[in-house]
Amino acid sequence: MALPKVKIDTTEARLNALSLPAAAGWTQTARQDALSRVTEMGLPIKRDEYWRYTDPTALTSVEPVAASVYASENGDVFGSTECLHVVFVDGVFDAEASDELTLDGVTIERLADSQSADIHWAKDLFGALETAGQNPVQRPLATLNTAFATDGLIIRASGKAAKPIHVSYLQTKTDSDAILRHLVQVDAGAEVTLLESGPAAARFNIVTEVSVADTASFHHVRAQGRDHERRAATAIFARLGTESAFKSFTMTANGVMTRNEVVIELTGDDSIAHVAGVCIGAGRDFHHDDTVFITHDAERCESRQVFKKVLRDNATGVFQGKILVKEGAQKTDGYQISQGLLLDDDSNFLAKPELEIYADDVACSHGSTCGAIDETAIYYLRSRGVPKAEATDLLTLAFLAEALDEIDDETIAETLRDRLAIWLERPQG
Amino acid sequence: MLEIKNLHVKLEEEEKQILKGVNLTVEAGKVHAIMGPNGSGKSTLSYVLSGRDGYEVTDGEASLDGEDLLDLEPEERAAAGLFLAFQYPVEIPGVGNMTFLRTAVNAQRKSRGEEELSAADFLKVVRERAKTLKIDADMLKRPVNVGFSGGEKKRNEILQMAMLEPKMCILDETDSGLDVDAMKLVSEGVNALRSEGRSFLVITHYQRLLDHIKPDVVHIMANGRIVKTGGPELALEVENNGYADILAEVE
Repeated sequence: MALPKVKIDTTEARLNALSLPAAAGWTQTARQDALSRVTEMGLPIKRDEYWRYTDPTALTSVEPVAASVYASENGDVFGSTECLHVVFVDGVFDAEASDELTLDGVTIERLADSQSADIHWAKDLFGALETAGQNPVQRPLATLNTAFATDGLIIRASGKAAKPIHVSYLQTKTDSDAILRHLVQVDAGAEVTLLESGPAAARFNIVTEVSVADTASFHHVRAQGRDHERRAATAIFARLGTESAFKSFTMTANGVMTRNEVVIELTGDDSIAHVAGVCIGAGRDFHHDDTVFITHDAERCESRQVFKKVLRDNATGVFQGKILVKEGAQKTDGYQISQGLLLDDDSNFLAKPELEIYADDVACSHGSTCGAIDETAIYYLRSRGVPKAEATDLLTLAFLAEALDEIDDETIAETLRDRLAIWLERPQG
Repeated sequence: MLEIKNLHVKLEEEEKQILKGVNLTVEAGKVHAIMGPNGSGKSTLSYVLSGRDGYEVTDGEASLDGEDLLDLEPEERAAAGLFLAFQYPVEIPGVGNMTFLRTAVNAQRKSRGEEELSAADFLKVVRERAKTLKIDADMLKRPVNVGFSGGEKKRNEILQMAMLEPKMCILDETDSGLDVDAMKLVSEGVNALRSEGRSFLVITHYQRLLDHIKPDVVHIMANGRIVKTGGPELALEVENNGYADILAEVE
């Protein structure tokens, strides 16, 4: 079917402004393949089924919209966790600011450096999970990323990582436009945690491909919030082996246009995938979109999607989540909840929860709610002497609690709770 | 202590007058009971005094130790020393009971210009007071009133009262939904808080509760007014003969 003209024009303009790396080494084939795929499918436009609630224009335009650089008086959100720190400034790895890339149980490389070689173990991973994740829903921004990613990390955990890897993004330019790709291979029995925080650029497109082998586990916690004018598309593609575990949590505050996609395929029996997020947003410009697609293609797997959004002052939150249970994926345990808490009458929460099940012995539940704060509970708290604003904050944090409970690391969870409380106490207006 | 004069209240949403001139004075250290048939306005009186939305005071006044209550926000009334034990305590998922209690205690201390209690100090006091109400550690950890039995909810109300140390306590049908043992436990909790400087207004349908919490004065409320006031014997009269005789006598 012919693509709409606006899609062709958008795609052409964007692709013409980008160029493939001159010497892409082992990534060359995947990049060229991605370039032809993205040309063929075209970049997203608002008419596309999975972009109906989110206008992709700011993410597909030739130039990024300028974004101010914000300073914060609060230290890094993962500051109290001992980590291996890796720093990217405006989308470029900063060796000076980063720790030495050595960690027991793990090898870490920079993508840009690795391409001097023609052979690399990650060749089977780079673009492979992204390609597999295009069906049945196209994700052209991720394909664009495969073709044009300029930097990122290649992480291979062969044992239990001695400490988490913390990728800290810094923005110094108001017009930086970053395309980053991380590749993570967690070998059988290995464990690694990836933390991400900070603004990668004025506009950024970050894709992470994660292959979790049998009995391996991958944890991921991400904080988006320091970039008040963030325009970003992120995608995580994960493939899970037998008895493996994948857990990803994202806290989002501030920003203008954020689309976080997570695409997971449970291919080994008895594996688990938990994806959760909290988002707090204010203002007409705030638009946050979580789009999740989990495919059960093995027996006795468990998946959870827990997303909570607090919106005020004309903000918009979107959730599109799907559980697909393939034929033969018996004893699947799938759970999905998405909830919006609207702190005024002007904000919007748009949800599209989906279940598609082809196996006959599964337990899948899903729910989606949207509502205002419980006035009776507010009155109860006030009757005990708690001022209205404080009561509202307390109930808002309580609303977010179920999602925050998805974080295994209690220190990190506590820090995120504190940050959310600070955000809520910030003067409105 | 509590002074209510000619209080007239209607529902905000509709033209329905609920209280039609309530006059009531509760002196310091005294326990007053209000009894009355369903729909007489007893619960409305408690809500209006605590500042719940949805009611409009059309006439009259209410003050606590001379301070006009009706002009204050609910949290300011609480800070002034007013406490309402709810007939239906509210469930708050996601907020631990302990967090709730500590937030309330510290909010009131703050509004009075006192230092907030440290976590350790607070814990000590709450444990001790919870123990006498047979509230275990698990109940303190669970979300406020979520999954609590009827008796647990009412005990939890009394625990809040014990922690907040109000001077004017209103108990709105605290006996509803309680079995005999729970009623005894709750009553003991209330009696332990009786003191010279603290007054109680006990709203109930039944004499039974007043066997445990002995009132100094009993009022009968009907059709939005206090229609009869007497000693504890008045409650017995209601128990034996119902409201019909009293109401007929007043008419």
